[in-house]
Amino acid sequence: MAARTRTKSKRKEQSEFYFDYSLLFILLFLLGFGLLMIYSTSSYEAFQEYGDSAHFLKTQLAAVILGLVAMIVVSNIPYHFWEHFALLGYVVSFGMLFLVKTPLGVESHHARRWFRIPGVPFNVQPAEIAKLCMILFLACLVCKLGRNVRKWKGIIVMGAAALPHVLAIYLVTSNLSSAIIVMGIAALMVFVADPHYKKYIVAVTLVGIAVAGLVFMIMSMDASEMTFRMTRINTWLHPESDPTDTGFQTLQALYAIGSGGIWGKGLGQSMQKLGYIPEAQNDMIFSIICEELGLFGAVSIILMFLILLWRLMIIANNAPDLFGSMLVVGVIGHIAIQVVLNIAVVTNSIPNTGISLPFISYGGSSVMFLLIEFGLVLSVAKRIQLRE
Amino acid sequence: MLTNSNRIAHRKKITVITVMFALLLGALFVRLVYLMIWKADYYEEQAVELHERERSIKAARGRILDCNGLVIADNRTVCTVSVIHNQIEDPERVIQVLCGELGLSEEFVRGRVEKYSSIERIRSNVDKEIGDRIREYDLAGVKVDEDYKRYYPFGDLASKVLGFTGADNQGIIGLEVVYEETLQGKAGNILTMTDARGIEVEEAGERRQEPVKGKDLVLSLDMNIQSYATQLALQAMKTKEAESVSILVMNPQNGEMLAMVNVPEFDLNAPYELPEGTTYATQEEYQNLLNAMWRNGCINDTYEPGSTFKIITAAAGLEEGVVTPESAFSCPGYIIVDDRKIRCHKVGGHGGEDFVHATMNSCNPVFITVGLRLGVDRYYKYFEQFGLKKKTGIDLPGEASTIMHEKENMGNVELATVSFGQSFQITPIQLLTTAASIVNGGRRITPHFGVKVLGEDGGEEILEYPVEEGIVSEETSATLRGILELVVSEGTGKNGKVEGFRVGGKTATSQTLPRGSGRYIASFLGFAPAEEPQVIALAIINNPQGVYYGGQVAAPIVRQLYENILPYLGIANEKVPEAAE
Repeated sequence: MAARTRTKSKRKEQSEFYFDYSLLFILLFLLGFGLLMIYSTSSYEAFQEYGDSAHFLKTQLAAVILGLVAMIVVSNIPYHFWEHFALLGYVVSFGMLFLVKTPLGVESHHARRWFRIPGVPFNVQPAEIAKLCMILFLACLVCKLGRNVRKWKGIIVMGAAALPHVLAIYLVTSNLSSAIIVMGIAALMVFVADPHYKKYIVAVTLVGIAVAGLVFMIMSMDASEMTFRMTRINTWLHPESDPTDTGFQTLQALYAIGSGGIWGKGLGQSMQKLGYIPEAQNDMIFSIICEELGLFGAVSIILMFLILLWRLMIIANNAPDLFGSMLVVGVIGHIAIQVVLNIAVVTNSIPNTGISLPFISYGGSSVMFLLIEFGLVLSVAKRIQLRE
Repeated sequence: MLTNSNRIAHRKKITVITVMFALLLGALFVRLVYLMIWKADYYEEQAVELHERERSIKAARGRILDCNGLVIADNRTVCTVSVIHNQIEDPERVIQVLCGELGLSEEFVRGRVEKYSSIERIRSNVDKEIGDRIREYDLAGVKVDEDYKRYYPFGDLASKVLGFTGADNQGIIGLEVVYEETLQGKAGNILTMTDARGIEVEEAGERRQEPVKGKDLVLSLDMNIQSYATQLALQAMKTKEAESVSILVMNPQNGEMLAMVNVPEFDLNAPYELPEGTTYATQEEYQNLLNAMWRNGCINDTYEPGSTFKIITAAAGLEEGVVTPESAFSCPGYIIVDDRKIRCHKVGGHGGEDFVHATMNSCNPVFITVGLRLGVDRYYKYFEQFGLKKKTGIDLPGEASTIMHEKENMGNVELATVSFGQSFQITPIQLLTTAASIVNGGRRITPHFGVKVLGEDGGEEILEYPVEEGIVSEETSATLRGILELVVSEGTGKNGKVEGFRVGGKTATSQTLPRGSGRYIASFLGFAPAEEPQVIALAIINNPQGVYYGGQVAAPIVRQLYENILPYLGIANEKVPEAAE
């Protein structure tokens, strides 16, 4: 009898396993929209430079297809399988960060942040791999720490685990933005794992005060005594004061956003993409979306990301175990931090630093590893039982 | 491992971070609304300014009209050819076509075509036909824009007065310079959308800011009088083999200039061409020759006026009461001033004469006596009161200042020479204006050409000039008019007599510096009608050969001029009273 019930319930389980179609739909919509905007934004410049208006579109499309295949594969593998590779991935991804210093490394935009894998149509940014591996490793670590995660010891262990990658990304690939994102992901995972609130509220308040103090200090400082990062912040406060150099990109993005108005100029009608915003298909693509599709288009994209976060939240909340839940929390952190920071940079709400808009900005390794993360999320979602 | 309370705590935290991010996105939404609605106009304006390239469209320059409404400075449509480096597809063909059509050296065109700039002007003032032809080649990156070029239908008439314009239609000399602001208008723009490299975005089209046409200027100059006076001047220059001849005609009541001739004139449509046969070695020499050719002697140069200046001495003497028309004098042919003996032009002397006859005879000792009776202080006071120390304020550029002794350095000898118009220098326009102001009843008028400015909407702005009342009394003015009429009817100026009209005037013959060079300036100043002057003219012949007396050389020119223009101006033909006999 018991055996019969078991087989019966197992069959039932199979059919009532959850598959999040709305998540998949939004994901595909964002990917499609991203490709459309990459074509719209880059075609003119691509034709000028490469004689092929679809140059960037083709590269991105290859990365998207590759990523989708990887996503399907990963989503069909039970996510606990990856637990065995968490430590390996952690070590290997750390090692990969140093590959940019080897002859495999590729320099572009005055920074060595990429390396080339023969046969892959795009350059790989090891920081993207690090984000994925960090999420996996920290999710495992939370499970390993058990109740210790509530104690200072656990928090310190988690922080210490994230630190090597953060430092390597910042120091070896001189990529402050990715370092901030990895740190942010780790912080969010710690915050979720530990049921306490007080210390985090205090920490956020302290950081807030420190940032305000720093900004105030720079505002009262003379331009001559500023370092590179400080000038960035000064330019953020007064982009018009420096329209040729650091402030140029910011100012051009503001022109694009402002000239979009409510309904935008129409798809393909952007003027700013004609070389005024250099490589607008990268980090500044949101400004072109604003210019072409207006406030309406911009709000639609923000809403899409909100729905995406909501679906991720549902999956994280209903994950069958802590490991699955923490994996999804990591992905939420990754997506949310990048979306918020990207839009904040483009609208000059924070100092300019290069952060891409997930799924939409041009960047092969970024979209590919994001899709692998979503493979994990879908894999977690599959294990959700609809009936208790 | 996953306890229930833990699970609930996790769920709560996951919800908290999601809500937190939603709030952050909400804040960014507010920021976007601010940027895209509140600041939209500001940023859009800035962006458009960045995207648009300007090509200016010249404004049509205001025309210049004479007093009869005749257009004397007009515009002709011409083209400006420019190249846009980034849009040129076939540079070799562009260079070849532009060299051929514009007649420019390949080196020059290549330099412009290959220069990396947003827009480069190849040549302006290209004939419309050639411009149209270049347009027909339909070469990518070559722009042909229409604009205007100044055109002077009367060629060389009043050339030194009107002046001409340069490549950008800006005034170079003459009235074109003085009335630059009125005439120039406001240039328009053709605004083209471009990408960051400066390549035009074809679908975006062009936006035009229409130019504002310059305002028309109406002059007091009468081309009929100018043209006739020019003929007379040319004739005199030829027959007397003179270096140059100037004729000024003015309305003494208000200072309106009716004509100003300076022969030789030059062709306003080819102002950079020197008279045929002129040779020069250097560029600097060429420029000097051009400047000399463009120079308006009536205004830019000073001279010793000679006996015509006796009008001023007489006015001062009569006004101050040191002499009356009846005052008796005796001329022995010279006068001793301090230790100097100054001769009269009549070696034997004029003998006994009253002041009227002394003026008719242009007797130097009598005028020296009048000057000495006034003394340096009073003479100087009148010199200044008559306005001789300051510029006339005529609406032409580069008016020369009076060169006069400092009062402190003026002794009797200097005073004596000044009294009959020597040892100091004034411009012809200064002499004419001062004489006019003395005979018009004592109103110091400002000589001028510009009368009114015609606005676009048919409105007109009358130009006003300062008038200084009472530089001499009406009585003195009337007395002097009577004496000067006698100078013409019976005295040295009898060659200026016009049958049927009452003309007053004074002749002058002055030797130019250095003395003894044999170079003279013959001049005659005449006004009509004598009792209420409507027109005053000054003719100056510079270095005439043969007979050089003003009465014989200059007075006939004014006579011939008056014979024609007095009836033309509608001045009543009157029988000259025989009273003076």
